[in-house]
Amino acid sequence: MSLVELKDIKAGYGGAPILNGVNIAIDASDIGVIVGPNGAGKSTTLKAIFGLLTVTDGSVTFAGQDITNSEADRLVPMGLSFIPQEHNVFTSMTVHENLEMGAFVRRDDISDTLDEVYEMFPDLKAKRRQNAGELSGGQRQMVAMGRALMSKPKLLMLDEPSAGLSPRYMIEIFEQVVKINRAGVGILMVEQNARQALAFATKGFVLANGQNRFTGTGQELLDDPDVAKSFLGG
Amino acid sequence: MNDLIFFFNQVMIGGVVLGSIYALGAVGITLIFGILRFAHFAHGDMMTMGGFVAFVLATLVAGMGLAFPLPTGFIVLPFAMVIAAGIALGIDKGFYAPLRARGARPVTLLIASIGVTMMIQGLIRLFFGTSTRSFFDTEPKTLIRIDVPIEGATRPISFTEPQLLLVILTLIAVVALHFFLTRSRLGKGMRAMADNPDLAKVSGINTKQVVRVTWIIAGGLACMAGTMLALDVSLKPDLAFNIVLPIFAAAIVGGLGHAYGAIAGGFLLGFAETMAVFNWAVLLRPFRDNLPEWLEIPSSLALVQSEYKLTVAFIILVVVLLVRPTGIFKGAST
Ligand SMILES: Nc1ncnc2c1ncn2[C@@H]1O[C@H](COP(=O)(O)OP(=O)(O)OP(=O)(O)O)[C@@H](O)[C@H]1O
Ligand SMILES: [Mg+2]
Repeated sequence: MSLVELKDIKAGYGGAPILNGVNIAIDASDIGVIVGPNGAGKSTTLKAIFGLLTVTDGSVTFAGQDITNSEADRLVPMGLSFIPQEHNVFTSMTVHENLEMGAFVRRDDISDTLDEVYEMFPDLKAKRRQNAGELSGGQRQMVAMGRALMSKPKLLMLDEPSAGLSPRYMIEIFEQVVKINRAGVGILMVEQNARQALAFATKGFVLANGQNRFTGTGQELLDDPDVAKSFLGG
Repeated sequence: MNDLIFFFNQVMIGGVVLGSIYALGAVGITLIFGILRFAHFAHGDMMTMGGFVAFVLATLVAGMGLAFPLPTGFIVLPFAMVIAAGIALGIDKGFYAPLRARGARPVTLLIASIGVTMMIQGLIRLFFGTSTRSFFDTEPKTLIRIDVPIEGATRPISFTEPQLLLVILTLIAVVALHFFLTRSRLGKGMRAMADNPDLAKVSGINTKQVVRVTWIIAGGLACMAGTMLALDVSLKPDLAFNIVLPIFAAAIVGGLGHAYGAIAGGFLLGFAETMAVFNWAVLLRPFRDNLPEWLEIPSSLALVQSEYKLTVAFIILVVVLLVRPTGIFKGAST
């Protein structure tokens, strides 16, 4: 049984459907990477899993449970966590408060998780009393990841975590993603830096026009001449 | 010296009292705006309504023949605030929540709140008529005088007991609000939702619960402000008429969505108003003998006559919107 499974989902924002049958299955041990052109529906796919728009057909299951169109305040306690593509920190709150908000659904002691996150991102520890809005893009992305980890997720979904970052930060973020995965957290991420991301992906999905175009291991996608030509820039 | 004390009594004490009331009203407006993104026009009438709730309770208590060391209005205030918070929740559930559920835009909610304004005013007039009432029909309003130990000062610093209690209670409310917003889980959740509603939702913050807490706080503080205004002056169904503009001005001056800005804005408006209506000729009179013959001090030197004091809020609002539309205390509310 997969950790998360999307079966033929169709979804949209009220107008014409954006997703026309997307299939994705991820295990807890997987790093799944979704690539595809702008406007393909990559972000929409993640939002559909997280109940941020209405799935009109198909189903989403998480650890065997049907979670189609469930709201976030049910999903987060179940073990799903999502880092949106943009506006993914609370800019008027301190780094520390951002992390606390990630643990909002928890009622137990969060200090161990806080320590883990600060250990993972030592930069954040030094800046924990500073407002997240005052940080650099890379540091904000770390706050966003930290926030998402505070709920102790089983599945972490990231939407273009490396967007707009320098190669140095991109590598750091990717390394952390791999580390988080090794600790037993399933990963589903959307990436524009497709080659770098597919290199460590266990599963790759190419989306175009709201549908799967190719599905395989990361290496299979990298080796496929069609994928390379159409989606990875030759 | 007496003139200076007169100035102190009129402007400083008056400003603190008025500022406290405006601050409590403005906080509600700014919190509602931060969480629900609409201008809650009915807030002034929620204050009036809160005042009437307290008045009914005070009358009941007085009817029981109980006597307290403090004015009855203050004794019943906590209970009135609970009831007013409940009514605020009911108003949201009955009028605003259904609109939100259909994805209504802020303008629609604003217009709905104008409807709520009319409804509250109608209900108050229906049950209480149009007469002006006082909390102090059955008990005296204690005047506190403090003699100033300076030669030549015969006039005491004076204020009423309700005014003193009002300022103390406002202080307590502000400190409590501060701790709530910075220390409690729900208070931080509230700030998170005002900051970034989508991310708050994604984080699993129970946004419906945050909305409820917002109404409880806004409704409770509105009741507090309305009751204290009624205790300081008098209670009448159109109490809100002179209040809505200043409290909106205070919230906007402080930067909509910023609780501390709204408090500062409230005091700014309060002082601006008492200073604008103060007869500055009083302070010039002592120098009468030293002034040249031809310069006669007019008997009234107020910037604004007190019947027109609403213009003060209006002018401040217009100037702030022209010069710093995001409020003078903090940058843009995101
Ligand atoms: N909130 C929205 N309301 C209406 N349409 C939307 C909304 N968000 C996205 N869309 C539309 O859905 C389609 C897919 O958008 P989506 O954001 O999923 O693309 P994407 O694959 O993530 O692209 P990118 O690589 O640019 O992030 C686009 O045509 C877009 O215009
Ligand atoms: Mg996207």
